[in-house]
Formats: sequence, C-alpha cells, structure tokens
Amino acid sequence: MIVTSEVTKSYGATAVVDGVSLTLPSGGITSIIGPNGAGKSTLLSMVSRLMAMDKGSVTVDGLDVTSTPSDVLARRLSILRQENHMTARLTVRDLVSFGRYPYTKGRLTLDDKRHIDEAITYLNLTELTDRFLDELSGGQRQRAFVAMVLCQDTDYVLLDEPLNNLDMKHAMGMMRLLRKAANELGKTVVLVLHDINFASWYSDYIVAMKQGRVVNQGPAAHMIDPAVLSDIYDMEIKVHEIGGQRISVYYE
Amino acid sequence: MRWLGLAIVVTIVLAIISLFVGVSDVSLGALLSSSPEDRPMQVLLISRIPRTLAIILSGASMAIAGLVMQMVVRNRFVEPSTAGTTESASLGFLVITLLAPGWPLMGKMLVSALFALAGTALFLRILRAVPLRDVLLVPLVGIMLGGIIGAVTAVIAYRYGLMASLLAWSMGDFSGILRGRYELLWIGLACCILAYIAADRFTVAGMGKDFTTNLGLNYQRVMVLGLVIVSLVSAVVLVSVGSIPFLGLIVPNLVSLMVGDNMRRTVPWVALGGAGFVLACDIVGRIVRYPYEIPISVVVGVLGSMIFLFLLLRTRRHAA
Repeated sequence: MIVTSEVTKSYGATAVVDGVSLTLPSGGITSIIGPNGAGKSTLLSMVSRLMAMDKGSVTVDGLDVTSTPSDVLARRLSILRQENHMTARLTVRDLVSFGRYPYTKGRLTLDDKRHIDEAITYLNLTELTDRFLDELSGGQRQRAFVAMVLCQDTDYVLLDEPLNNLDMKHAMGMMRLLRKAANELGKTVVLVLHDINFASWYSDYIVAMKQGRVVNQGPAAHMIDPAVLSDIYDMEIKVHEIGGQRISVYYE
Repeated sequence: MRWLGLAIVVTIVLAIISLFVGVSDVSLGALLSSSPEDRPMQVLLISRIPRTLAIILSGASMAIAGLVMQMVVRNRFVEPSTAGTTESASLGFLVITLLAPGWPLMGKMLVSALFALAGTALFLRILRAVPLRDVLLVPLVGIMLGGIIGAVTAVIAYRYGLMASLLAWSMGDFSGILRGRYELLWIGLACCILAYIAADRFTVAGMGKDFTTNLGLNYQRVMVLGLVIVSLVSAVVLVSVGSIPFLGLIVPNLVSLMVGDNMRRTVPWVALGGAGFVLACDIVGRIVRYPYEIPISVVVGVLGSMIFLFLLLRTRRHAA
C-alpha cells in the first residue's frame, strides 16, 4: 500500500502539488489522470523519491521513502519517468540487466539471467537484444525501458505516461502487458495516463488531479462518468457504453 | 575478447619499439655485449624503461579520466582539458610551488589535485546554473572557464617570473622522464583500477540521476567518486609529464563507437587505447625530426584535434 499524507511541492508561490493525502490500494492498476499541469508527474516523482517534497510524507508498505535506504526501496518500488534522455550507448540487454542492479550490484547470477531473459521475452525484444538504444525507434526504446523496470521485479511499478511514443498497437500491447503483470505477477502498477479511454478500459482504480489537488478518486466505474470527467477537465465529455466498456467521447 | 587480446599484443609491441628508439645505442646486441654497469644497460634502466612506463601509465589514466568524466557529466565532449580541470590543477601547482617550494612532489601533487577538484566542481556548478541543451555548448563553457583560470595562472606566473616553468609543465613532454621522476604516475594506475571496480556505478550514473536513484544508488556519491578520480589523474599527469590535450576525449569516444558505453566492458579498451595511442604518438614525435624530439602534447594535439573534428562533424550529422 502506498500512503501519501499532506504531500506538497511548491515552486515559488505556486504549489504544484498541494497537500495530497492518498491511499493507493495494493494490487491491480491505478491510473492518475487529470489536465496538464495538475501535478501528476510531480506527485509520482515524490512518491518514488526522485524529487524531494517540501512538506508531508510518503510510505510504501510502511517504509518512509525519504528515510528508508535507497537500495532497500529499489527492491520494492521502481519508477520510469516520461522523458528519458539516455546519452549512454547501451545495448538493450545491458539496459535490462541493470534492472538487477539493486540485487546484484553488478554480479549477475543464473537467477538474474533468467529474470533478464524473461523481461526481454515479455516485451518482445528478443530480436533487439544486441542493438544499441540509439539505434532503436522511440517505441522500441520505451519498451526496453519498461523491460528494465520489470526486470527490477518490484512489488510496485510506477510509470509516468508509459504510452508516450507508442502507436495504437503498441499502446494496447503495453496496457495488456501491464494488466498481465498485475494479474499474474501480483504487481501493483501505478500509471500517469493521458488517454482516459485506456484508463477506463484497464484500470481498477482511478485518481483524478487538478491544480495540485486530488479532486476525485474511485473505481473506474465510478470515475468514468460524464459529470465527474467534465468537472475534472472543464469540458463536456460524453460517456458511451460499448460492449460493456465505458468509452468517453470528447472530440467537439 | 579475442580483439582485446590483439589490442594487448599491439600495445606490448609498441612499448618494445618505444624502448629501443633514441639517440643512445640501446639495442639487444649492445645490451648483451656490454656489462650491466655500462652505458646501454644504464640508459635502459634510468631513462628508457621509466619513459615507456610513464607513457603507458599517463596514457591509460588520462583516457580513463576522460571516460569517467564523460559518464558522470553525461556529455561526450568533456575531458579534463575541456572542463577547467587541467588548468585548475596547473594553478594549484603554481600556487603551492610559490607558497611552499620545499614541499615534496607528492604534497604539491595533492594540492594540485584539490585545485582540480574545486575547478571541476565550479564547472559543474556553472552547468547547473545555465542548463544547456546543446551538447557542444557544455565543453565550450568548460574551455572558457579553463581559459579564465589559465589567464589567472599566467598573470601570477608572470608576476613571479615563473613563466618558463609554467610553460614547461603545461606542455606535455616525456623527454625529461628519468627514474625517480615518474613514480607518482602509479597513482594513475590505482585510479584506473578503482574506475574498473566502480564501473557499474559509473554506467548507472551515465543513465542519469533518475535512473540512478531508481536503482537505489546515491547519485551524488558516484559523482564525487568520479570527480576525485578525474582530479587525481589530472594532477598526477600534470606534475609528472605536463598536460596531454584531447587524449581523454578521442580514445573513449572511439571506444564508445566500437563497443558502446557499458563501462565494465569499455575500461580495458580505453586504458589500452590510451596507452597505445600515446606510445604511437611518442614514437612518431621521436622519429620525425630525429635526433631531435617533438613534444608529445604537440603530436597528440595535432592528431587529436583532427579526430576530434571528425567526431564533432559526425555528431552533427547524427543530430540532423
């Protein structure tokens, strides 16, 4: 369980994240949605200790993220940011192998090699293992990063807009894979998502943020609702039920 | 692995050639036909072997310093001479030579290393204040900073009549290396070994701060370790042979093109490449105007700047 209490981050006078208290359930997929500048990515960065918070606290399974040794947390929680400027020329296999770093500090055992192979197969990267990251397309690179995070084999997997750079087919593939990871491997997946239809289709729980605050939260069935969504995004959003799934329409 | 073996053989061959190039007759025949107290053996022991060792040690450690710096700064075009490090080391050496001329070389070297560390930290501080998105601007900032520090050094040296010595130690030259005057360079080897032991940390740091934190490593600590290695190597090489420009830039870049940036794999290549490149340049410098010599910094500078230009143009094409 991830618990945040009164988490705040300000730049100058503006609070980007303003006193957020949240309890994210264990297991399943939780999506954080909301308009640009709502503070979703900032919140995720603070939960994963990439960014220091000005006020408040975050615990992951009872471990305070600011005081727990970083390498202990690295075996519980993994995070992938949205922008990943990688200047180092690494092969896909090298990159995925570094997901084992929190356990091995560099010396890979047979068990680690199995984890690496599994992560590579899981993300369909088998043919690309020896390619350098700078020789891949944006989507392939994104899959390689996710493979590394899965190879880290943590209970909590935090992904900031994992569908960036992915076309429809790969976006769908990525979400199915995360669903599979949640169901089969028992992972708790927390995502920042822009596409509310993907959020609707795949999430168990949805948190909505706006102007640094949590404005609504609940099971997907509760959140994907015309009144709730229109309030979050300040625009008219219709919701249709198609084949048992709630689909939002907001194109005009 | 097979290629690495070949590289080792090439480096050894170059080292042997380096031992037997020079004005004094030191051939196998001369060594065998004279007694150990005679001139050939003495030249070999006092001058030639120390010189060849100095070349190998400084070449390898400067290349490793460049590699480590490129990983922690995350920019392909930084190395001690494009980040203000070498110039700061030089300033430190001048200051301590003026203040405590009687100190042993080891002490002076450590002061020089501290200055190098401070200068590099200043460079990183400037980079943080002016976030530069263009990869080429980063080394430009470093070169400008180096220019300013170099100017300060020159003014002090001029004021105290030390211009000639300043010139002598800022221009890399192996011709003055004798037994007893190169041993500090073994510290450079120790730094190379340290870089190899910490190779995975540096690779992780090369992936960026967020990745490093995610994998449970303390980014700040890896940075400091890297900068200590870079500063120590820069100071040791500066006080022993003088500065060798571009070396830390071209060797790691060429290796990166061939085998990538996983430091566990690149450290042996970079160390061998650095040693081999300087050995070759030194042999060229000794043969071109035989029996006179061209200083190593000139040979490396000419060859290095050409390769540097090639790498720059290549990046431009890549970016476009």
